[in-house]
Amino acid sequence: MRSSSFLSGILRGYTVLMFAFVFAPIAFSVIFSFNSARFPTIPLESFTLHWYQTIWADPDVWEALRNSVIVSLCTSVLATALGFATAYTDYRYNFRFKSAYLALVLLPPTIPLIIMALAMLAWFSKIGASGELWSIIIAHTVLAAPFAMAITRLRLNQMDKDLESAAWNLGASEWRAMREVIIPFCKPALISAAFLTAAVSFDEFAIAWFVSGLNKTVPVLILEIVQGNIDPQVNAIGTLVFMVSITLVVAAQVFFSLRQSKSST
Amino acid sequence: MSTPLVSMENVDKNFGTFTAVRNLNLTIDKGEFVAIMGTSGCGKTTTLRMLAGLEQPSAGTIRIAGKLMNDVRPHERDTPMVWQSLALFPFLNARENVEFGLKMRNQPADLRRKKALDWLDRLGVAEFAERNVETLSGGQKQRVALARSLVTEPQLLLLDEPLSALDAHLVIRMQSVLTKLQRELGITFVYVTHSQSEAFAMADRVIIMSNGEIAQTGLPRDIYREPANRFVAEFVGRNNIISGDVRKVTGKKIEIVSPTGTFKLNAGGGTSAGVVPAVGESVAFVIAADLVEITRTRPKADNVVECSLISEEFIGAMVTLFLETEDGTEFKVQLQERELATLDHNGGGSFYLGWQAASAHLLPNEAV
Repeated sequence: MRSSSFLSGILRGYTVLMFAFVFAPIAFSVIFSFNSARFPTIPLESFTLHWYQTIWADPDVWEALRNSVIVSLCTSVLATALGFATAYTDYRYNFRFKSAYLALVLLPPTIPLIIMALAMLAWFSKIGASGELWSIIIAHTVLAAPFAMAITRLRLNQMDKDLESAAWNLGASEWRAMREVIIPFCKPALISAAFLTAAVSFDEFAIAWFVSGLNKTVPVLILEIVQGNIDPQVNAIGTLVFMVSITLVVAAQVFFSLRQSKSST
Repeated sequence: MSTPLVSMENVDKNFGTFTAVRNLNLTIDKGEFVAIMGTSGCGKTTTLRMLAGLEQPSAGTIRIAGKLMNDVRPHERDTPMVWQSLALFPFLNARENVEFGLKMRNQPADLRRKKALDWLDRLGVAEFAERNVETLSGGQKQRVALARSLVTEPQLLLLDEPLSALDAHLVIRMQSVLTKLQRELGITFVYVTHSQSEAFAMADRVIIMSNGEIAQTGLPRDIYREPANRFVAEFVGRNNIISGDVRKVTGKKIEIVSPTGTFKLNAGGGTSAGVVPAVGESVAFVIAADLVEITRTRPKADNVVECSLISEEFIGAMVTLFLETEDGTEFKVQLQERELATLDHNGGGSFYLGWQAASAHLLPNEAV
């Protein structure tokens, strides 16, 4: 009894340390974004909102933010739609080479980003689509759709096999059953997937850097600022980006667990 | 003669190399309560799904109300089904579930609502109309599912083992709900089940399927007392099946010799359609376990065998005794639990089984 509580104490401490290790850099970035010193040093100087004022006044930041929002919104919609369609295909149909199809579908996140980014750049240059906002959207959709597919597929696997047939049986055409039964059933997963794919796109740097050209997204802008000089503006931008991402991921998680608890009752 | 509501002619259904249904011929009249019964994989559910259009026949024709249905899509039919899993829509409340079929027929919202509430009320679950279906009990869900299928007032209702998930006491209750509804509405019910008690309790006509084919169709009583073949005799009730050779035929009275003894029975009655076997032919006959009398002293019956007791099976008011003759033939006897006391069945020694010639039933076309 005692040894098990001792063990669980150690495990708890270990978990806390792990989280501290992972989040410390972010925490420091947040702290230094409010620090008046130009260089990240301890002891801290005085509290300031100066760096936030600078980025607020910087049109480049606004431009990058606008690009990022457009790209992640479009990616979210496209990737979720594509992920849903793929998951439904898997749920509904049996065909030859289905396992090969699934492997291919789930492949993009396993390819090293830099390879993917280079390939995208080469391809987009070839077809003359490099440097466009929509080319980033396409690239991000390729990257994010498998996540949406995986989430939707989990949900579809929880569905009573007879549910769709029951809708047809009650007079719903296939499209109507899709609209009235399949999509409502998958709704929590679709919302969750939309948030998650938005977060994936909003944070993604490598592909955006290669493909974006003059249409910088926020992560690309951050690198450019850092390359120029050490500027605490980066901490301020980083803090905001982190807030956006964590909000999206938490929202995705909330919808995910909401549906878990609902289906378990 | 009026056209039957459902007619299936020479229907086959193959899944790849597997034949689920073979050369099925079946007609169902308007207002009939038909039960299709069989073990799992016998083709009964496939038959039902073909009526709903969820499977297309590989060969043959299916007509409903005279109209050829082979290529009619499920949503273009009016053949609602009650599912084994119930298949209620979990994201809709009870009333919205019931409204679904009306919504698909584009009926106005207030009419849908009224009809749905009427049906929930009729099935005694009106108070749960706005409840999430996942929070309802098994019996309540069952009633919602039934209301959802009946709200469009179909001519034909298909039921796929609808009571299999319910507790035993609820099954009995729902059976009476179903039969009452069926009589009141005059709707044709096609009820698929593996449960003999459900089929016999509710159906006007029972169809027994085996390996994708119809093994027998008839009134519950006929199927029980006069099984058409060995499969049905083994599947239904508690039957003793004895094989032997015909030794003597006098009119319809025949005598059969088997290793267990010589037995008398009457041929040509009921479902055996007047068939009288010839002398020397190999045949089999059935004597139902509840028509055998068991005594300690040799009875005055047409047929008597001497046995010793092997084991007993107690099911509430009824008891089945398993006995064996000297040559190793097993017999089953079914009797009331209270009759057991007079028998001194724990006392060892031999027992006599007796039955009248008229109680035995010849299995037609049963070459052994």
